[in-house]
Amino acid sequence: MKREKVIQSLISIAAVIILLVILNKVLTPFQARIFNLGGIYIILAISMNLINGFVGLFSLGHAGFMAVGAYTSALLTMSREAKEMNFFLEPIVPWLLDVQLPFPIAIIIGGLMAALAAALIGAPVLRLNDDYLAIATLGFSEIIRVIFTNTQSLTNGALGLKGLPYIGVTDSPKEAIWWIWGLVIITIVFMVLLINSTYGRAFKAIREDEIAAEAMGINLFKHKMMAFIIGSFFAGIGGALLGHYMNTIDPLLFRYLLTFNIILIVVLGGIGSITSSVISAIVVTIAQELLRVLDGKMQIGSLIINGVPGTRMVVFSALLMLVILFYQRGLMGTNEFSWSWFKKLPFKTKKAKIS
Amino acid sequence: MALLNTDKLTIKFGGLTAVSALDLVINQNEIIGLIGPNGAGKTTSFNMITGVYTPTSGTVVFEGKDITGMKTHEITKLGIARTFQNIRLFGQLSVLENVLIANHMRFGSNLLSAVIKTPSYLKKEKAVYEKSMELLRAVGLDDLKDEVCTSLPYGKQRRLEIARALATDPKLLILDEPAAGMNPQESLELMEFIREIRDKYNLTILMIEHHMAVVMGICERIYVLDYGVKIADGTPSEIQNNQKVIEAYLGVE
Repeated sequence: MKREKVIQSLISIAAVIILLVILNKVLTPFQARIFNLGGIYIILAISMNLINGFVGLFSLGHAGFMAVGAYTSALLTMSREAKEMNFFLEPIVPWLLDVQLPFPIAIIIGGLMAALAAALIGAPVLRLNDDYLAIATLGFSEIIRVIFTNTQSLTNGALGLKGLPYIGVTDSPKEAIWWIWGLVIITIVFMVLLINSTYGRAFKAIREDEIAAEAMGINLFKHKMMAFIIGSFFAGIGGALLGHYMNTIDPLLFRYLLTFNIILIVVLGGIGSITSSVISAIVVTIAQELLRVLDGKMQIGSLIINGVPGTRMVVFSALLMLVILFYQRGLMGTNEFSWSWFKKLPFKTKKAKIS
Repeated sequence: MALLNTDKLTIKFGGLTAVSALDLVINQNEIIGLIGPNGAGKTTSFNMITGVYTPTSGTVVFEGKDITGMKTHEITKLGIARTFQNIRLFGQLSVLENVLIANHMRFGSNLLSAVIKTPSYLKKEKAVYEKSMELLRAVGLDDLKDEVCTSLPYGKQRRLEIARALATDPKLLILDEPAAGMNPQESLELMEFIREIRDKYNLTILMIEHHMAVVMGICERIYVLDYGVKIADGTPSEIQNNQKVIEAYLGVE
């Protein structure tokens, strides 16, 4: 049974890699960029789903952790010239000036810094519950943003950082596919292994009933911290990727709106399912591009609507409300993709479900 | 030496003294009942023993160790497991998962080995699975292992809660109204079952119960609480003839 599962997982990964090769050939550079953005959102959605969906902590601090990851990775990869050009109001702190690390290492350090921030903030905040936790984490993420706006010699303040190195060696969205989607695969595999371990079960127990979970010997604080730190690590990685993807970051990018974008993906997909986050992240990213029509000038019959930027977001807001009112479980609920689906198909003989 | 004793255990909520100077002595392998009218402070006493509430004064000593004020999960690790008056299962999860979760505390693998699935982790996982299945067999739920636990009928949910508590390898099992909502036949089976698990797993059992047939049938000693004060203790027949107990339940003429 175990062996069968390992083989099935390897087949899945191989299938994804083949798909990536094909997409790499087929997609135009613009489409590849959208596809990459979808990948980044997958990482962000899964990391949020671990905290909010699997452990059931109502945390709204994602943008803060992304900011930490993005700034760390940006400052560690930019060249001396780029930094000198950016920091014209006030010179950058000297010890950062000459630091330039390869992109993969910088991204991991970005994730680690976000994890560190989570460890520091988690210690006081994770003693809170529900709405209080949401408010505290939201506040934290705003504090990070305000700090980054005001530490001129470290983050260049409100001017932000421009000219971040691209993802990969060449400036090509097609090369970036491999970097980003490689990280997507690693994130998914890690999360699936984590969720299906004894720790994953403990996380779900906390989500279902904290009092019972503690009575069963689960150290609530320790496990919440664990999930919070792991989730923030991946949020930091996602934030770092987003920064390199956009080539420019500034504190305004990391407002709470960014957190809500990710919540949108997580809730539409289904809280507590990795598969749903993956599907939802791709669908939402592509839909955001397709619905750009709505932002432009439109003519319906004799009615002419002048384009208002942001109209397309109304669609998502409405969709989110509909989901919350009528379909709270989201696209998939807590279900996951599994090979046993195929076994349930009529042309196969019925076989015991793999637990 | 007593397995558990409480010494002048008292808790006050504002001006209300919910439990006052409660002394319990529970010996190895006993089945002890804790009874009393509604609001007498029975569940509150349980919550103090299991660390949900910190007593205002007094101590709880388990196996010679003072556990007053310790956290719930630490107390569970020492060997006190409980069930809840209003069933608290992990609702969305399967019957088997509910029992597996209770094994987490003693699993003994770190996060990394759990994620990369080292051979020692997989071996423990298998052992835990087998232990959980055995517990489910013991409570007669093994054929329902993949069901979502909230879809089970009430009596089976209570059994599952007991199986889950047993999975933490307790020495003292605390049952909060295990027979609530059961018909006489089910109550009878429950009594048998409680005796069985006591002998099989070498347990000591402390239970709150309102079904007098159950309490008088299996408890070796009974404590009676009224308005947070212990008004009587003794064997079932002593309790049945105790004037104060009769007054607490039926009122004074």
